[in-house]
Amino acid sequence: MLNQYALWKNLLVVLVLFLGGLYALPNLFGQDPVIEVSGVRGASIGENLQADLKQALATAGLQVKRFDHSDDKLRIRFRRPEDQLSAQDVIAKILPLDYAYALALSPDVPDWLSVLGGKPMNLGLDLRGGIHVLIDVDMDAAMRNAIELEAGNLRRFLREKRIRYVTVKPAGAGVEVRFKDAALRDRAREIAAEEFRELTFTNRAQNGDYYFRAAVSVNDQQEIRRQALSQNITTLRNRVNSLGVSEPVIQQQGERRIVVELPGVQDPAKVKEILSATATLEYRLVVGDVAQAIEAERIGRAPAGSRLYYERDGQPILLKRQLIVTGDQMTSASSGFDQQSGSPAVIVNLDSKGAKRMRDTTTENVGKPMAVVFKEKRTVGRDENGKEIKKWVEEVISVAVIREPFGRRFQTTGLQAAEAHQLSLLLKSGALKAPIEIIEERTIGPSLGQDNIDQGFASVMAGLVLVMFFMALYYKVFGMVANLALVTNLVLIVAILSLLQATLTLPGIAGIVLTVGMAVDANVLIFERIREEIRVGSTPQASIHAGYAKAFSTIMDANVTTLIAAIVLFSIGSGPVRGFAVTLAIGILTSMFTAIIGTRAVVNVLYGRKQVKRLAI
Amino acid sequence: MQLINSKTTFNFMDKRYVAMVLSGILLLTAIGALVFRGLNLGVDFTGGTLIELGYEQPADLVAIRTTLREIGYADASVQQFGTSRDVLVRMAQLSGEGNQSELSNQVFRVLSAAVDGAVELRRVEFVGPQVGEELSEDGALAVLVALIAILSYVAVRFEWRFAVGSVVALVHDVLLTVGLFALLQIEFDLPVLAAVLAVIGYSLNDTIVVYDRVRENFRKIRKGTPEQIINTSLNHTLGRTLMTSLTTLLVLLALFFLGGEIIHGFALALLVGVLIGTYSSIYVASTSVLVLGVSKADLMPPQKADVVDDRP
Repeated sequence: MLNQYALWKNLLVVLVLFLGGLYALPNLFGQDPVIEVSGVRGASIGENLQADLKQALATAGLQVKRFDHSDDKLRIRFRRPEDQLSAQDVIAKILPLDYAYALALSPDVPDWLSVLGGKPMNLGLDLRGGIHVLIDVDMDAAMRNAIELEAGNLRRFLREKRIRYVTVKPAGAGVEVRFKDAALRDRAREIAAEEFRELTFTNRAQNGDYYFRAAVSVNDQQEIRRQALSQNITTLRNRVNSLGVSEPVIQQQGERRIVVELPGVQDPAKVKEILSATATLEYRLVVGDVAQAIEAERIGRAPAGSRLYYERDGQPILLKRQLIVTGDQMTSASSGFDQQSGSPAVIVNLDSKGAKRMRDTTTENVGKPMAVVFKEKRTVGRDENGKEIKKWVEEVISVAVIREPFGRRFQTTGLQAAEAHQLSLLLKSGALKAPIEIIEERTIGPSLGQDNIDQGFASVMAGLVLVMFFMALYYKVFGMVANLALVTNLVLIVAILSLLQATLTLPGIAGIVLTVGMAVDANVLIFERIREEIRVGSTPQASIHAGYAKAFSTIMDANVTTLIAAIVLFSIGSGPVRGFAVTLAIGILTSMFTAIIGTRAVVNVLYGRKQVKRLAI
Repeated sequence: MQLINSKTTFNFMDKRYVAMVLSGILLLTAIGALVFRGLNLGVDFTGGTLIELGYEQPADLVAIRTTLREIGYADASVQQFGTSRDVLVRMAQLSGEGNQSELSNQVFRVLSAAVDGAVELRRVEFVGPQVGEELSEDGALAVLVALIAILSYVAVRFEWRFAVGSVVALVHDVLLTVGLFALLQIEFDLPVLAAVLAVIGYSLNDTIVVYDRVRENFRKIRKGTPEQIINTSLNHTLGRTLMTSLTTLLVLLALFFLGGEIIHGFALALLVGVLIGTYSSIYVASTSVLVLGVSKADLMPPQKADVVDDRP
């Protein structure tokens, strides 16, 4: 029988409609301006803090919509962005130092919907406001540093072994060492090759001089570059986290670039400064025990030769003033497992100077605890004139007992695997491994973002209404069916964007608007075919059937080619171009479903299995 | 309701020489504009800094220019953006070393200090020279790859004459659209590039629909010259071509008038592109196929052709 859909096809349409509606739903709930309060060093958020904040906000006469309290976060929801901004000042004044707060937009989605994975669309920075920065990592400098470090190590090593060299110079991806005679060189090469196994040694004779060249292998060079980039990313991530931005994005792009996207940040100058800040690590011996540290904290004075530090959990600890080594002397760090016990470990490599100090110190202090201190220059606030106050922030990130003397390469055990990994990342990310430069910045102020949303929404709506009006006028009942498909199509696009959590940008909205215009094309093709069939005298039922059948291959060809264009755009284009390509591609796919299968289902219900004399088309 | 009489028999192909001359003149103008005036490339491609500021009062552009000149940026371009309170400052790449990304901080600080009341930093776009170069290269590459991919698809699905015809139409559309931007010196930035690529998609869509009908009619209609068959096909698809262009133009007009300043160039490129694309699917694409000498035998399904060939 013509124009009857099998039950499964009708069910499919209903199912897609249902799912589309369900996952588009979270977008209707709107976003509340919120202030997120979170503990910085494992500090938990108790009832007291919440009560204090509530009290302070009430005193300031600010209306709070709701307090959402989860394990590690307190979300204070506001009804108006102005309230959020005023509340920021209030909170900044009373919030204890070990808590951070961040301004954000948070959807107010009911729990049952969140459980099903319903989330609103991820808005791009051009819609919500924020800063996008593209950072270039100076790989040549990273390479140079690594080679210089290696040259220094060789120099010290030869000096220690009392082998007289003429010069030790970095040259390309290796180090050239010059000697007076061949015998000296050969001896040096023999013992150096023993110690520096990762280098490839080759002899050179030139102008009566005797050289050997110690080259870094191609693999190691790649590793140096890879590490420089990943360490910089980790460092940047830590820094961004310290800014208290919700939902930051820090991603590698290509071989030497890093993208940092911070939604809602309003002070690009501060962000840029923090991103390129410097930090370092220090190793110190622990003095005394916890009781002494608490006592020192109480009286506010540390014993001679020591200083009071704090661990991340706020525990006071006394450390020697004398430094063992700093992060500058660290050549690499990684996480792994202790070969004997199999427990997780952090492995650190020091240069030869650091290694010597470390060996001497640990030989004398077996069985005593040693601490790792993270030291960073951070902006801690502003003074009365609005000038930034900068301070070195120091915190003890690890304390471990020295079990045996160690030097160049050592490991710290007694940590959980995740912690060991974290610590190695922290060790590595103490400072930027290679110099960075900001090569692209796109900042969108919050009001412009809102303007973009409003204008985007207005143009989608206006375009939709115009097209729908025209379609209804031109194709009557069939036009109304096409309109139904058009609206469904929009809902599906929104649902898919929400599900994929693809980022919706202003060009993305433009893509949706364009899709609205082009989505009706499939229906126009079908309806024109049906009209043609009617004209040549086919029955209404046969016309519908033939119209859909004949238009199908045309629609496919037309859409596949447009899809090709969208895919090319997505894979080659960047930023705004990509946002456009994503919605265009999704729109093409969903519009094929709604315009062909969707409208057919409705047309079948309207006209199928009936005696129809005329079609309202 | 119908846009056009259902039984139109316009003789499109009869006027193809007029169209060829028209296209020729337009193309020459576009290429001339591109060569002699060049594109007014945005910061995305040239590198540099763009700062959009929101003032509380209508902004005094002259004062802003003076302030900028005082701190050594005499060549900064200052103009209104949308409303009289919004100002767009464009600055070229700084010569020499130094932290280029700091420029926007400095300009914003100085300009906010220069007026009473708050100045809002609405937008900053800083693009370093190497990034600008890459974006240009990637953009050109995207257009090229899209054209080649489409050429291959059409060649497989139809026939090489159609592939060539569709690409000729696409190049025609892209050149005219980009040429208009060069002629009027409208800023050409990344969103406009995206629009140009969308024009490729749209124009192709249009062309394929026409080709599809041409292929169908070549197979179905026994009598008639290629010219007549193409004419019939164009008439068959005319209603759809106009209707789809109309709906697309409607939404683009909405985007152009309501979408805001940032999307203006984008919407304009698409508006122009859709108009040209509609014209080119009728005249450029179809004429090309005709000029390349398409015939009935070329479009018969391969199996049937085999049967015919086997007989002596």
